[in-house]
Amino acid sequence: MTAKRIALALLLLTGTAQALAETPKDFVAKYAAEAGAGFKPSAARGKSFFTKEFGVNKDMPSCSTCHTKDMNASGKHAITGKVIEPLAPAANPERFTTAKKVEKWFKRNCNEVVGRECTPAEKADFIQFAIEGGKA
Amino acid sequence: MNRFIALLLLALGMNAAYAEGGKLAVPANAKWQEECSSCHIAYPPKLLTADNWEKMMGGLNKHFGANAELDAKDNKDILEFLKANAGSGERHSAASLRISDTPWFKREHRSVAAKEWVHPEVKSKSNCSACHQNVARGYSERDIRMPGGKRWEEEEDDDD
Repeated sequence: MTAKRIALALLLLTGTAQALAETPKDFVAKYAAEAGAGFKPSAARGKSFFTKEFGVNKDMPSCSTCHTKDMNASGKHAITGKVIEPLAPAANPERFTTAKKVEKWFKRNCNEVVGRECTPAEKADFIQFAIEGGKA
Repeated sequence: MNRFIALLLLALGMNAAYAEGGKLAVPANAKWQEECSSCHIAYPPKLLTADNWEKMMGGLNKHFGANAELDAKDNKDILEFLKANAGSGERHSAASLRISDTPWFKREHRSVAAKEWVHPEVKSKSNCSACHQNVARGYSERDIRMPGGKRWEEEEDDDD
C-alpha cells in the first residue's frame, strides 16, 4: 500500500516536472508543425509582424506599442499603464514556458491588436524572433 | 528570551492586522488569485454584487479598455467563486461595474483630496496598493501611506 502510494506520488511529481519543462523552442516547433509541411520559422518575419501597424485599435496599433521595440525591456499597457515584463526569454525566463499562458495571451492580444486570432505560422515566427534577441 | 518576546510581539501584531483585515478577507481561490491579479490586485469579491460580477465576467474581451478574455472553464469557475462571496445591497453595486463607483467606495474615501487621486504615484482609483501597502494580503488602516509616504493620520492633520 505504502509502496503503491509512493509510486503514485513519484508519478505525479514527474508528470508535473514534464508539464513545466516546455521551452520557447518547444512552442516554435509545435506551431511550426501546425503551420504545415515546409514551413520554416523566421525571426525576420516575426520582427516585422511585431512592429507592423495593424490599425485595428487606435490606442494599440502594433505589438510594440505596449511591448516597446525591444523585447528585453519592460513595456507598459497603452490604456491601463500596467507594467509588462519583458517578452524575450533571455530577459524573462518565464516567457513561453506554459502552454495555457501562451495561448491565453496570443488570443487576447491578437484579437485586440490584429483584429483576429493569429495563425500558427505567425506565432512560430513571433517566438522565434523573441528567442533570437527580440530587438526591432 | 529576547527572541521569544520578539516572536510573541510579531504574532500579536499579525493577529491585530488580520482582525482589521477581517471585513475584506476572502477565502483562498488559486484560479481567481492567478487570473485576476495578473493586471491589477485581485479585488475582493465582496466589493461588488453577484449581478455586477456576472456582467463583468460576461464582457472580459472589453474589460475597461483591455482584452482580458479567459477560457470558458476558467471564466465559469471564477464567476462561481465571485458570486459565492459577492457583496450585497446598493452600497456594493455600480452600473459602471467599477468598484470605485460604488457608494461603499465613495464613502470610505470621502476624505481623500482630489489631488491625491491624480498623483503620479497613484494615477487611478484602481491602484489600491498605491496607498494601501500590502493590501493584496489584507487590509489595515495602519498600512495606509499617502503619496509622499505620509501616514493617513498625518494627512488628516494637514487639512486643518
